[in-house]
Amino acid sequence: MSAERIPVMDEPAVRRAVARMAREIVEKSGGTQRLAVMGIHRRGIQIAELLRAEGARVPAGSIDISLYRDDLEEIGPRPIVGGSQVPNSGIDGKTIVLVDDVQHTGRTARAAINELMDWGRPGRILLCVLVDRGGRELPIQPDIVGRHVEVLEVHQSVEVLVPEVDGRLGVDLVITHPEAV
Amino acid sequence: MNQTTSALGKDLVGLEPLTRDQILAVLDTAEPFKEISERRIKKVPVLRGKTIVNLFFEASTRTRVSFEFAEHRLSADTVNIAAAQSSVSKGETLVDTARNLEAMRIDMVVMRHGSSGAAGFLAERIPSNVVNAGDGSHEHPTQGLLDMLTIRDHMGRIEGLKVCIVGDVLHSRVARSNIYGLLKLGAQVAVCGPPTLVPRGFRSLGVEVFTRVEDAIQWADVLNILRLQLERMESGFVPSLREYNRIWGISRARLEKAPQDILILHPGPMNRGVEIDSDVADGPHSVILNQVTNGVAVRMAVLYLLAGGQPERAEAAKQGGDA
Repeated sequence: MSAERIPVMDEPAVRRAVARMAREIVEKSGGTQRLAVMGIHRRGIQIAELLRAEGARVPAGSIDISLYRDDLEEIGPRPIVGGSQVPNSGIDGKTIVLVDDVQHTGRTARAAINELMDWGRPGRILLCVLVDRGGRELPIQPDIVGRHVEVLEVHQSVEVLVPEVDGRLGVDLVITHPEAV
Repeated sequence: MNQTTSALGKDLVGLEPLTRDQILAVLDTAEPFKEISERRIKKVPVLRGKTIVNLFFEASTRTRVSFEFAEHRLSADTVNIAAAQSSVSKGETLVDTARNLEAMRIDMVVMRHGSSGAAGFLAERIPSNVVNAGDGSHEHPTQGLLDMLTIRDHMGRIEGLKVCIVGDVLHSRVARSNIYGLLKLGAQVAVCGPPTLVPRGFRSLGVEVFTRVEDAIQWADVLNILRLQLERMESGFVPSLREYNRIWGISRARLEKAPQDILILHPGPMNRGVEIDSDVADGPHSVILNQVTNGVAVRMAVLYLLAGGQPERAEAAKQGGDA
């Protein structure tokens, strides 16, 4: 199996998108007073950090959805690397911005929303993703999107690269060519 | 059936068959589970729909309740069976009891049994996951794991530490699980107690043997103090409880002679004034209640890791395309 990478966004493009997303978040939530940002493990956390760096250093947290997945039977238990961290100020009554790198089926967002509800009672939840690649299996749509990318369901995927994990910032379309059988 | 998926395999019978990496996987997985018990809603849905039977052939409050909390906080459905009320008292064999439970479609059995080897025996005979909650004087793996997690929490590491297990080592499944686990993680391990309760054979496991508790205190970073298991003793192991306390009991006066602070563990239930004095049990270096808290997290981690999936089905799903 070989894979081909086509750059979709380079670092300046990601930074421009993030700056615009940060402004949209503030507009939609009417200020930064009761705002908290929570990144979904693991690249969502880095995107959330980029968003925070754009403006007010609002409270931050992170969510590891391993225990809220709906496919444990299929994938088996995975090591829970991150664990979840609620912002110090809590989430009750806050506007919580859930941040992920790529929105696809909507199952991750579903799991993260469920987990948030077990933590407390947010006043409002906004879903914010750097890339929306389509292919929803649940009726959960992002409120704020950095870029829409058309992706074929078979043999194509979108990868967001962050410096902390991948050594650079960017977005690639990955096309896999399965060997002929 | 699903051995290959889980970090632990199908069952947790003891720490002896586990590798260092498997033990570390449980300890590391327990970390995020600690936080769930601090939440307002102490529940995650990960084992929703799984049925777990807690099959206790021996009395236990702490371990059974700890497993129950772990199961409930992972959203599993549970049934408790205490042997005294069950058909075991009517003469049914262990395997028949388990097969009848299996016929009601269960997923996991957590078992405590008075006979050494009972958990392994059952694990080989039923397809459900089996977790050993203590079998005779063989092993009590989740206790060993929670002791190691507690030591790591407070000392920052396990490798290179000197851990001494004091007391009734002969009858203790806790001692065996601790020895197997700690040695695999690179600790130095010693046992200490009256010669009648510290079998020489333990040297062959790779542990040091102290006959005087004062020597153990000079040597150790950590003491794990065991209960005198009066219910497992015929008689004649110790002259009297008072004498045991005088010679082997851990008191503040004894600990003050140590060159450094010693972390104090006890698996419970404690006999205050026998193997441990109150001012030690309640003292600043006691982590006995931290052990209890960690017990829930460790058991959640074990249940989670055993709950496993079916890789064949996952592969099939992958063929359908999935990112």
